[in-house]
Amino acid sequence: MSKRAFELPVLGQSAPVDHAGAAAVFNADVARTDWHDESLWFVREKRDRAAALVSDWEELRERASAIKEHALTHLDEYLTQFEASAIANGMHVHWALDADEHNRIVHGILEQAGAHKLVKSKSMLTEECGLNPYLEARGIDVVDSDLGERIVQLRKEGPSHIVLPAIHLKRGEVGETFHEFLGTPLGMDDPIALTRAAREHLRGKFLAADATLTGMNFAVAESGGFVVCTNEGNADLGMALAPIHIASVGIEKVIPRLEDLPVFLRLLARSGTGQAITSYTTHVHGPRDGQALHVILVDNGRTKQLAREEFWGSLKCIRCGACMNTCPVYRRSGGHSYGSTVPGPIGSVLTPGLDLERYASLPFASTLCGSCTAVCPVKIDLDGQLFRWRQHVTERGYSSSTKGLAIRTSVLLFDRPRLFRAVGALARLGQRIMPRAVVRFASGVWGRTREAPVPPRESFRTWYRRERPDGRRGVR
Amino acid sequence: MKTALFVPCYVDQFYPRVAIAALTVLERLGVNVDVPEGAACCGQPSANAGYARQGRSTLERFVDVYADYEKIIVLSGSCAVHVRLHAGEIIAHDRLAETAGIRVARRTTEFCAFLHDDVGVAALAGLGARFEERVAVHIGCHGLRGLGLAAPSELQIKPFDKVCAILSSVGGIELAELSRPDECCGFGGTFSVGEPDVSTKMGRDRLRDYRTHAATAVVSPDMSCLMHLDGLARRERLGVPMYHVAEVLAGTAGKA
Repeated sequence: MSKRAFELPVLGQSAPVDHAGAAAVFNADVARTDWHDESLWFVREKRDRAAALVSDWEELRERASAIKEHALTHLDEYLTQFEASAIANGMHVHWALDADEHNRIVHGILEQAGAHKLVKSKSMLTEECGLNPYLEARGIDVVDSDLGERIVQLRKEGPSHIVLPAIHLKRGEVGETFHEFLGTPLGMDDPIALTRAAREHLRGKFLAADATLTGMNFAVAESGGFVVCTNEGNADLGMALAPIHIASVGIEKVIPRLEDLPVFLRLLARSGTGQAITSYTTHVHGPRDGQALHVILVDNGRTKQLAREEFWGSLKCIRCGACMNTCPVYRRSGGHSYGSTVPGPIGSVLTPGLDLERYASLPFASTLCGSCTAVCPVKIDLDGQLFRWRQHVTERGYSSSTKGLAIRTSVLLFDRPRLFRAVGALARLGQRIMPRAVVRFASGVWGRTREAPVPPRESFRTWYRRERPDGRRGVR
Repeated sequence: MKTALFVPCYVDQFYPRVAIAALTVLERLGVNVDVPEGAACCGQPSANAGYARQGRSTLERFVDVYADYEKIIVLSGSCAVHVRLHAGEIIAHDRLAETAGIRVARRTTEFCAFLHDDVGVAALAGLGARFEERVAVHIGCHGLRGLGLAAPSELQIKPFDKVCAILSSVGGIELAELSRPDECCGFGGTFSVGEPDVSTKMGRDRLRDYRTHAATAVVSPDMSCLMHLDGLARRERLGVPMYHVAEVLAGTAGKA
């Protein structure tokens, strides 16, 4: 299963994502599902300990949410302010309406400079835009330099998590991949040895690169600078060496002032990995001498999401990944089951906005337990948004007709109390007198792994009418 | 105070013993409750399945039946959250109805929340309940995060747990510490059949946590979670009985 190549979604061309189906395949390997669940729960618990050490944690979340809401509701002003300050800092600023325009801009910059070798640090935006295949088709050698990203790139998979792209892989599998592509000894699965091999392999790529591409964690409107957070220093090495630096960013990542930054930096790594801060927090305020620095501001559906009254809050996301780590469904279905660049709860509220029909199953890949909302450092009401997307899915007719029929039938009964009682009594009687095998069959999907409740002889209502004849039934 | 008890559809049909226990406890505590007829359901199953529009009539019926009560005690955290969140917003076809919806939403509470906040834990000792089991408590996500029955593990706030505070009034009871005390059980309404594999896995993982910590019984304020967990446990013949908090307080748990 882990060998299966992950296909990058092509909007409007692929079959709908079947989350439940993919989750069933994932769960077929129970030991592996347990391992995946426990790996991520470990990160969630580390996050809890890190958050507990910050005495004003809940106040920080409140502040972060308020700053983001302010920035998003004044996005036009802050984006143009950022553009002006960035240009004043010596950066070139580009605007991309969609993925295709973004990819064309990147390719144009490389082509003009005669660059053929691009080293990237982790950027989910470029995954979202399908940049790698676009550039590779045009003869560019693209190397992802984040360790996890490099692993999945070599395996021709997509990331299964936005912060931990190779979390679905065991070290033995990484060893196999490195043996195949980097020539490490067969069977070598020591994490330190594997990391050293990756470092050696990547050093050569860094030194030979004509250009580097990074994402941005935060773009600061006031200063025209931006911040890149990594644990591996790979973005820094790329920026320090390459003569061309391209920084791609979703337009929702702009924050107003430099003094807003600490609020987010205190939350980001603690929420994501349980670290107090990432190993590298790099502030970029302009190109090095002789370097060209290009910033690409990408929309790709973000203004549409911003215009949606029910879902604009999802753009507050700072991509920490905490909602994935805490989500009991994500932990037991794996990132690839979502079929979208951003998986988990936040992916399930962002991606339906791009193509509701294709991603109709994602809002239902949740029990609405609300853990995501409670863990989110910028207080996105994720479970509320999942609930609201569900309404749009059924309104548009993308829900199964069986489910629709079942719901309509239940509503019909709920709205007719006498009929409800009669049907309930009949069903319970049937369940009591039928052989166990028949009941199991009749209980359908429920009955595959669970017993149905033992049917009592009488309902509470029947008991109440008899036992509390003077009871106030409040009949209207 | 004019108080009503709402017995959700599935409790009425499958778990009358729980509703009888809740009624008994309330009566013994001197709380007079009506159990009005006419609303079998709160509309949550349809709404969470994406059919809020189709379920609107059910919720409207609920609001209509409970409009004049000053306190509405719901015997399920999940249903209570649905009413509190949506009664106000869905009933909007005329101004009067909207007012009733908002009022009903505000006055709706859940059984344990009512005992803790309105009756007070001190009064519960008078029930004289005994339950000699090592209990794993499952609060249920909607009661936990939607109603605030306890401090969820994600939030960095002062710890509290209303359900455990209530159960601590019971003689002989021992509360088991769990590895993941507030992990979801995986029921999730239609999620249980729409995503059967993940739902089953989540439930089995809860059961494993209970076994690891040597729990002899599971107690919850939400029978919908228990319908799923108990269904899994019985299929696997685990022999872990599951009860609603009301049954423990009424002294009827395990005495059917």
